[in-house]
Formats: sequence, C-alpha cells, structure tokens
Amino acid sequence: MNNSDLLLQMKDLKTYFFLDEGTVKAVDGADLEIKACSTLGVVGESGCGKSVAARSIMRIVAKGGRIVNGEIMFHQRLRDPETGSRSSNLVDVLDLAALNPHGEKIRSIRGAEISMVFQEPMTSLSPVHTIGNQIGEVVSLHQKLDSKQAREKAIDMLDRVGMPLPQRTIDRYPHELSGGMRQRAMIAMALSCHPSLLIADEPTTALDVTTEAQILTLMRQLQEELGMSIMFITHNLGVIAQMADRVAVMYLGKVVEDASVEDLFYKPLHPYTQALLQSIPRLGAKKDRNQRLASIRGSVPDPYNLPRGCPFHPRCARRLDICDKEEPPLVKVDTGHQVRCVLYK
Amino acid sequence: MSPEDQTVPPSFLLEVKNLKKHFPIKKGFVFSQLVGQVKAVDDVSFYIRPGETLGLVGESGCGKTTTGRLIMRAYDPTSGEIWFDDCKLGRVNVAALDKQQLRQIRMNMQMVFQDPYSSLNPRMTLLQIVGEPLLVNQVARGSELQDRVAELLKVVGLRPEYMQRYPHAFSGGQRQRIGLARALALNPQLVVCDEPVSALDVSVQAQSLNLLQDLQSEFHLTYLFVSHDLSVVEHISDRVVVMYVGKLVEHARTEELFYKPRHPYTEALLSAVPKPDPRQRSTPIVLEGDVADPANPPSGCYFHPRCRFCIEKCRTEAPQLREISPDHFVSCHRADELDLAGVTQ
Repeated sequence: MNNSDLLLQMKDLKTYFFLDEGTVKAVDGADLEIKACSTLGVVGESGCGKSVAARSIMRIVAKGGRIVNGEIMFHQRLRDPETGSRSSNLVDVLDLAALNPHGEKIRSIRGAEISMVFQEPMTSLSPVHTIGNQIGEVVSLHQKLDSKQAREKAIDMLDRVGMPLPQRTIDRYPHELSGGMRQRAMIAMALSCHPSLLIADEPTTALDVTTEAQILTLMRQLQEELGMSIMFITHNLGVIAQMADRVAVMYLGKVVEDASVEDLFYKPLHPYTQALLQSIPRLGAKKDRNQRLASIRGSVPDPYNLPRGCPFHPRCARRLDICDKEEPPLVKVDTGHQVRCVLYK
Repeated sequence: MSPEDQTVPPSFLLEVKNLKKHFPIKKGFVFSQLVGQVKAVDDVSFYIRPGETLGLVGESGCGKTTTGRLIMRAYDPTSGEIWFDDCKLGRVNVAALDKQQLRQIRMNMQMVFQDPYSSLNPRMTLLQIVGEPLLVNQVARGSELQDRVAELLKVVGLRPEYMQRYPHAFSGGQRQRIGLARALALNPQLVVCDEPVSALDVSVQAQSLNLLQDLQSEFHLTYLFVSHDLSVVEHISDRVVVMYVGKLVEHARTEELFYKPRHPYTEALLSAVPKPDPRQRSTPIVLEGDVADPANPPSGCYFHPRCRFCIEKCRTEAPQLREISPDHFVSCHRADELDLAGVTQ
C-alpha cells in the first residue's frame, strides 16, 4: 500500500453506547480506508453504524457513546489555509481515536481539516443565526480573518456552491431558504476552510430527486475544484453507484464488504450485498406486470441482542452450519476487494 | 380486467374530474384576513380501472398526498367530482356525499399511511387496531372479531399470537403490515397507499412491495399508489400520473411514460434518478432553481421557468391536458414536436 495517497485509515474501530437498556455495539470492529482526492461510499441500512462511524472520526459521538477500541489514523499534510492547496509532504499521522474529544487538537481539525454535512439541513443549521454568521463563525475560528474578510469569504463560498444572489442570501435565516438551498449553505459552510476530508452523511436523503441531482452534481464539481476526499454515507445504492470510487458495505456495525464501485456492482461477493442489489427496483428493469422483487427475509435484528457468529446469518440465503458459531474473518479475495464471509475462506 | 383489454368498454372504479383543492392563507389572529390561496390540487383529472394500480408521482409539495386524501374525503374538495363505483351503492360522486353516505363508501375505500410509527395508536393492541374498523361498522364482535383479526394478521404475514401486543414491539416493516391489515379489514375495493414503503429500509421495502402485489391479486384490490420514488412506482404501477405544483402534467401507461415521456418535466424527473450502475454515470438534466411556490405560481405553464424547451406561448398560456395518443394524456404545448428521452436499458 502506497502511503503517500492514504488520507484516513480506520482500524478495528469499536464505538459502543452504554445505555440503561444495555450496550449497543453501534460500530463493532470496522476497518475503512480513505485515499486522497477520492470518494468512499459507505452503504447500509438504518442501524448499521455508518453514521456513528462517521461521527467517531469527527469525535462527536452522542452522549453515552464511547470509542472503546481501535484507531483512526489521519494523515495530515502541509497545506495553505488560504487556498487549501496541499503539498504531498506528510506532516503528521494523528490517531483521532486517542484524542480528547474536547481538546484543542481535535478542534483545530474538526471543521478545518475534516468537516461534515448532515442529513437534515434544517436541524443542523442554527435557526437564530443568519447563514452568513454561521459560515463566518467557521471561517474566523480557523483562519486569521477579521469580520469583513470573513463575510467576503462566506459570500465567495455561497457563490461557489451555486447559491443565487449570495450577497443577499448571506443575511437570510435558514427558514427562509428551501431544502436544496439549505443543503447548499451547509456545503458552503463545510467547505469554507478547504477540508481534506468531507464527510457527507445522507446529504440528499431529505431532498427531492431533481434537487438531489443538483446537489450531487455540485459535490462532484467541488471535489474536482478543491481536491478533497469525500466519505459519502447513504442507504441509496443508486447514489453510491453515481458518486463513489470505493464502497464499504456495513451491516450491524461491521464492514462486510469493501470493494471498488465497479466490483461491488458487477462482482458482489457477500450474500448481503448480493441480496441488497437484487432487492432494489431498477428503472427500466420491469418486464411484466407481475414481476416480483427478490427480497431478504426478516428484518434487521434488535441491537441489544445481536445474533451470534455472523450477524447476517439469520437472514442469509447461503448460510452454512458454521455461520451461527464463528465470527467470519475479513477475507482478501482480490486486490482491493475484501469480504467478511466464510464462503470465501 | 387488464388495461390492454380494449374490447370491453372502459369501466372505471374511480374517476376524478377537474378536482381542485385550494387552501386559504390567512393573516392575523383575531381579525384574520384572507391574503391568498395555496392551490394544492388544481384541476386534476384521472381514472383508475378495477384491479389495476395507478402510481401518483411528483416532488414534495406537488399535491399528491392531498389528492389521495381528497379521494378519501379526508379533505373537502374546493370543486370537482370524484366518481366511485361502489359495489353496493353503484356509481356515486364522493365529493357530494353527506356524512352518513360517506361512512358507507369508506368501507370500500381505505388508506395506508406513510409513517408506520405515527399512524398506529401506541396505546392500542393489534386486536384493537385491526379490529376497530370491524367494530365501528358492526361487522363483527367478540370471538368472531378475534378470528377475523387473526385471519387478517395471517394474510399480511404476521403471527396471530401477536394480537395482544402493542405497536412498539414491532419493527417498521411489521408496523406497515399492521396498517395494511387494518386497511384490508373491511374488504375494500380501493386502497389509497400514501408512500407506504418510503419509511422502510431497503431490504424490507422489497418484502412490502411483494406483499402489496400478492394481496392485490388475492383480493382483487385496486391501488392508488402515491410515491416520490420513481423506481418503486415503475415496479408496481400499471399506469402513472405525474404531478407538478398541483397540476397533472402527464398520465400514461407505465411503459409508455417511462420509455417515451412526452412532458419535459417527466423527462427531467426520470433522468434525475441516480441509477444503481457505476457504468451508467450519466449527467442528469439538471433543472435550474426550485419548484414553483403553489401560493404564487408563475404565469402560463407552471413549469416554464425551469423548462429547457420553453417558448413564448408557455409563458403566457396555461396548457390544457389533452390525449396525445390513446390512454396517454399530457399538458404541454410542445408535446407533439419534442423528442424526449426516457429510461434507457
């Protein structure tokens, strides 16, 4: 593995939530790798731990949750804070999982080196501050700019994300904007310090298809312009196919398959991935009126008592006797294609 | 009867004619004044034949849910007719019925709601939830009621032993089945499904769609399927209606609408759906701007500010819905001359 283009490496991360009802192993041994200037898609159903994994990177896991094991190595590079251009010289390799979540170090990274776009732009933006104030706050926190320069920077960012009339929109409150415009403002805020990694947690799920197409096109364009990596979290396989270079499929806190986007859609190995791909209705695939979808039986198990062995075995169509006893190892099948299943041992 | 069957004169289970629903916008609290109207549904006409599924698609705020609720008379329409072919009362205009008659009609048309969490009363057991329509309409009581509920639960794939449990004990997919069992309790002719699978996980969505199809053929149901997900609508519908800002823009057989759309909005909607195939990374037709405000719609065709084929006539004159080929309705001035792209295989 060439270290020079590695940006972030997550090794055996475990983030547990200790609640009154029991322990929820939201992320239970996840391994991920993000390379510079590429997009990693993370796909999975609700409760598979994809959002918690992302929040663990940012160290903003909700109350009750804690990283209990693993490391998140972040390869920091020398960069010019004004333009965001990076040299290839490695400055430091930081273990984000070992940092104090309230400490100075993580605060200098959060929002500047790594930033995040959330699913619901209405709940993640402050309703009592103008868009300009909120972007300005990020900018002045991480860059030495006075308020006038920060405002100019905010206008420039809004212009970049295709906000109509940025000089006027900057003084608006979030409730005055439409869903798509709010998400654009969120992206402007996240990108204002030219992060090397943008974590997008279901950024288009709350939007309509035509608005979704606008936002996805915009994100691809900005990635090219600014040269950043994106960790794109979604449950929508269509969005993954359109956006990602590599894909990690998660199920109950584990990465069950990790492959290039081409391999994942054309040579899926894990029974869960295969079943997921077969169960989605595709445009233009309808042959006759009574065509049925291949479905996965059962539903995602209760997080308080997970099945033993492979977490997918109760729903798996290709299970073996060993599946409910032993936890399957991560098997490297091909270069850049890993799968957590005993079928490939 | 299949929609292809042209020898029999078309009989409609439901025929909607020029349906309108305008919500008043009021200002002030004590001396409130009428300051405008939201034209949620504006002059919509379509029909559903017995035994078929009509898909109703559009983006949020286009009036698709309102249309569904108007048919159920959950709202009173501003004007227009809703003709329903009731198996006991014959052909009646639902829009003009009084309360007494509505109760009778509603035994034959039922609704399934989007959110399986808020549409079930958490303080009622399954027996009470599913049995309520039977009790209220004095169809069954006592042990007969229990037998009937057990049978209904079995039909939707739930174990009858769960009858005494409360909704919180069930997953999203199971709750949706409970809602479906309640809707089927009175053996309705028409079921209005308002986004029935949108809140479900991908792996559970396929099960629910298959169940809907099975129930349709078993009980000869007719569905009005309201959804924003075009892939799902293509999968389940025989014919599809596309709405935009309260107006019906296109109405055609599913294959025709998806492969040969005649309205530019339909074309843009189809191209915006992210395809689950990394080899088909197309650039979607990106619509500029946002969906028009239904309280203050643009002049002429509501879609003209975002349409790439807009001509002078579109700005001034509102297009009428017309039958461009048998069973294919479109409201666009230029439908005859445009060559639009549909879904590609």
